[in-house]
Amino acid sequence: MEIKVLAFGIARDIIKASEIKLELSEQSTVDEVKDSLVKLYPDFNSLRNFAIAVNCEYVEDSAPVKQGDEIVIIPPVSGG
Amino acid sequence: MAIDIQLKATPLSSDECIKKVQDHHCGGLAVFIGTVRNQTQGRPVDHLEFEAYEPMAVKEMSKIAEQMMDRWNAKHVCIHHRTGHLALGDVAVIIAVSTAHRAEAFASCQYAIDTLKQTVPIWKKEIFEDGEVWVAAHP
Repeated sequence: MEIKVLAFGIARDIIKASEIKLELSEQSTVDEVKDSLVKLYPDFNSLRNFAIAVNCEYVEDSAPVKQGDEIVIIPPVSGG
Repeated sequence: MAIDIQLKATPLSSDECIKKVQDHHCGGLAVFIGTVRNQTQGRPVDHLEFEAYEPMAVKEMSKIAEQMMDRWNAKHVCIHHRTGHLALGDVAVIIAVSTAHRAEAFASCQYAIDTLKQTVPIWKKEIFEDGEVWVAAHP
């Protein structure tokens, strides 16, 4: 399946775009989203950490992702 | 009880936030105002850029406001956060809360800014004379 991933902050700088499409197998999880991002863009390894939000919620790495979900890379936040 | 959460690309107003939480039932009203510092570890800052993943940022700030009500009986909570270009001294965030007594006002306001900095998807880029950096991105 093809999923769309949105990027903000330094994640947008790393992928040099505000969104990318990833090809994942059916029944993939957040873990696989992270793995394929790191493989495509090793600079993600240089971050303190990064989370993935699915449909506007932080989720565990074991959470499933499916086509049509709003999937967003959340690099370390720095508001306030 | 009222919660007012806003992300704004225009200057924030502490008067507006205070008015949102004023209540004759409350004896305490605390306000935290976060502003743009002129230096980071001795390096002069020229200006800041804030960007937000807006729907989730609003959702996470709303969760904080609800926790302030649950844990400290906050009566009204107002959280306004800026996006876009901010100059030195500009206000980046205002948190206003009203409670029955002062201790709950201080404690819930402190909790709100500490939690906002850890959970709300907003990112700050510091622009220096000779470069720029996304704050807290790297170890």
